[in-house]
Amino acid sequence: MARSPRYLRRRLVNGANLSMSVLGTLFGLFWLVWLLWTLVSHGLRWLDLSLFSQSTPPPVTPGGIANAIVGSLLITLVGVVVGTPIGILAATWLAEFGRHSRLAAVIRFVNDILLSAPSIVIGVFIYAVVVARFGHFSGWAGGLALAIIMLPVVLRTTEDMLKLVPDQMREAAAALGAPRWRVIVTVVYRGALGGILTGVLLGVARISGETAPLLFTALNNQFWSTDMNRPIANLPVMIFQFAMSPYDNWQHLAWAAALLITLAILVLSLVARLLIHSRSFVK
Amino acid sequence: MSQPDTTLTHAVSPEVLAGAARAPLRKTVIEKPRLSIRQLNFFYGSFQALRDINLDVAERQVTAFIGPSGCGKSTLLRALNRIYDLYPEQRATGEILLDGANILDRAQDLNSLRAKVGMVFQKPTPFPMSVYDNIAFGVRLYERLSRSKMDDRVEWALRKAALWEEVKDKLRQGGTRLSGGQQQRLCIARAIAVKPEVLLLDEPASALDPISTLKIEELIAELKSDYTIVIVTHNMQQAARVSDYTAFMYLGNLVEYADTSTLFTNPARKQTEDYITGRYG
Amino acid sequence: MNSALVSAASHARSARQRRSAAADALFHNVTRGAALVVLALVIAILVVLLVQAWPAFHAFGWHFLTGSEWDPVHQRFSALSSICGTLVTSLIAMLIAVPVSFGIALFITELAPNWLRRPVSTAIELLAAIPSIIYGMWGLFVFAPLFGEYLQPWITAHIGNWPLVGVLFQGPPMGIGIFTAGLILAIMVIPFISAVMRDVFELVPPVLKESAYGVGCTTWEVVRHVVLPYTRVGVVGGIMLGLGRALGETMAVTFVIGNSHTLGLSLFNAGNTISSTLANEFSEAVGRTYTSSLIALGLILFLITFVVLAIAKLLLVRMARREGGKT
Repeated sequence: MARSPRYLRRRLVNGANLSMSVLGTLFGLFWLVWLLWTLVSHGLRWLDLSLFSQSTPPPVTPGGIANAIVGSLLITLVGVVVGTPIGILAATWLAEFGRHSRLAAVIRFVNDILLSAPSIVIGVFIYAVVVARFGHFSGWAGGLALAIIMLPVVLRTTEDMLKLVPDQMREAAAALGAPRWRVIVTVVYRGALGGILTGVLLGVARISGETAPLLFTALNNQFWSTDMNRPIANLPVMIFQFAMSPYDNWQHLAWAAALLITLAILVLSLVARLLIHSRSFVK
Repeated sequence: MSQPDTTLTHAVSPEVLAGAARAPLRKTVIEKPRLSIRQLNFFYGSFQALRDINLDVAERQVTAFIGPSGCGKSTLLRALNRIYDLYPEQRATGEILLDGANILDRAQDLNSLRAKVGMVFQKPTPFPMSVYDNIAFGVRLYERLSRSKMDDRVEWALRKAALWEEVKDKLRQGGTRLSGGQQQRLCIARAIAVKPEVLLLDEPASALDPISTLKIEELIAELKSDYTIVIVTHNMQQAARVSDYTAFMYLGNLVEYADTSTLFTNPARKQTEDYITGRYG
Repeated sequence: MNSALVSAASHARSARQRRSAAADALFHNVTRGAALVVLALVIAILVVLLVQAWPAFHAFGWHFLTGSEWDPVHQRFSALSSICGTLVTSLIAMLIAVPVSFGIALFITELAPNWLRRPVSTAIELLAAIPSIIYGMWGLFVFAPLFGEYLQPWITAHIGNWPLVGVLFQGPPMGIGIFTAGLILAIMVIPFISAVMRDVFELVPPVLKESAYGVGCTTWEVVRHVVLPYTRVGVVGGIMLGLGRALGETMAVTFVIGNSHTLGLSLFNAGNTISSTLANEFSEAVGRTYTSSLIALGLILFLITFVVLAIAKLLLVRMARREGGKT
């Protein structure tokens, strides 16, 4: 029976499809390797200390990307500082108070809309309400755009993590006579700390590579500036402009910056991933 | 979530209902009740989990609630410190008198109620902090103690819970790193540390091994001299061993309430007899 | 006891009660406020885009959706070529990404030895962590030249003269264009789709699979007849989430699509998507109508992703409900 043609055909179909599955995996990994290799081979040789000490140069003169690094850090910081608390507090309401209520369901859905909204649309929105209103591009506008992108990421992961804290823990704290806010702040948050931190890190990883929403909010700035009221240099938009330019040295800087930013984001994602496996409430 | 399972609701036979609806055959009089439950009804949304419960809890005695799962014994316990208030869909009507005041009153301050009526849960619930901070957590809510006073209080509570010798060198370790039995005693110590008057124990030993269970039972006997204790258990032998009074509940009704030896040796109702002789449940 | 002392104590207690009740109310309201910010934000985005897009809709009417010209000089705009570009590139991405993601999810859940699962999973997910601008640079400077030089001429020569489908693969081998954009989008959404597929595959109760193996099924047959039917809804939900990503992706596409507002049949032609048009033209747009038309494009994109998300949610909720009913 094992040798019947029908059985042979089934074995063949099985083998063929499983091979396709392995090929698909290799196909996915192939692009990852190629992308990383491209970054290393194009970027590594332009990586030196002057990158961190000098500002972006005019065409055909040497320079660095110090202003873009600092600008990116500033904008990202604004995004994190504005987006994270709102995200965590909103998640707290969903997980602790709203729970199964109608309003909570609506807000969860709306948050998913925000999560999947194209980042360039967020850029257009901030342009309309901030840039157009004040009449100029600014670092603040860029930071706000990133905050809107960060917010739903933090909210989603925080709520998931808060939900992992068993209800018994809340009951036990309440049974000691702790008021609700104290139960949440001292017991629930502490139990979910690792997970919440992971969400924030993933959010930072997400926004620090974002280019589209900065194109017409923070814009770019050729010079050293930390004035958040004016256009400010930042890595993604700088990479975009320099990569598309015809000047060799600008392109080199773009590749070096691309390598740097990708490394930073990959490290962030990996750290976040490790953190999530050391959560305090993992059973 | 914390809804007890209600699978037994469809199994109500007319005979059972008739039996439960009659007033208890024997009147159990408690001289100086610490808690008086009057006409208590309890609802999970539209489902009624307790019907017209009337019961007095004796001071500095152990009162056990027994009955098959879904009978409402945990629900009754959770009404005594209004922990159910965390869930908007749960509500109770009737009266529960503590120190002459109805704790079901809307004006009742829940936090001070719970400081007075402590609770220990089925599964150990150490907070994600050190052993020391677990104990100090509740104390800090109500008292501002100096460092050394707090140390004394922590030691006192741990000694009361018969845990001090085992953890005195591990006070700074995470509470979650103790064994299951130690965790449960930590939770008892945590509840004692705020100096409650009543202690509610919700199947405190059901998740533990026999040796830890024995320790918890010994502990209950110790604590009786200082606290009024109410314990829920599905283990009849345990109820017989540790309690002075026992209430048998079935399908949300209080079927029979008596001092423990009477209830187990000479039950007044057939249902009680069937349950304690293992005919159902 | 001293009555003054008692009353002082009860006074202190009631003050503490009031304070703690006030703190609770404050905390509740602050968190609810934060939750409402999210709601307000999405409503604000919709309203602002709608208001700002209104002049364009007013000026061009339905023609904005059906016309194909995009002429900043004469201030005449319509969205068809951008909408088509967005849909076609995303369709190509899905055609490539769905089978590949399925293969990856299958590999991770059913084939890979235990020690390989986590590393492969993580590696594929790293694809999602790479910023889209990197995909764009790589696509334009590394992939497109190779593609245009070697693969494209071969495809045009061999498939370009086929009936019906041939016309899709004609034109000069520039390397960039709609097809390249679609391919890069595919690589970018593979991690999203495969992650969802992997997660729902892992939801299949082992006992179901075991009983299928028990009657002598091959691995493929188990996947085909047990795993897929069981997870169908979730799989489609994952695909929709990936589609949502592809529709809104900006930078990678902007680099490689060629940015032309012409509508052609060949996938090797340059084209544009809504997001690439916004990225290229928004900050340089002059005039109310031009800006308004661009914002109208943004609104259309927002609505498209919204619809896709809504469908995905609906499917995933249905899956979760079925799952809940079973356990």
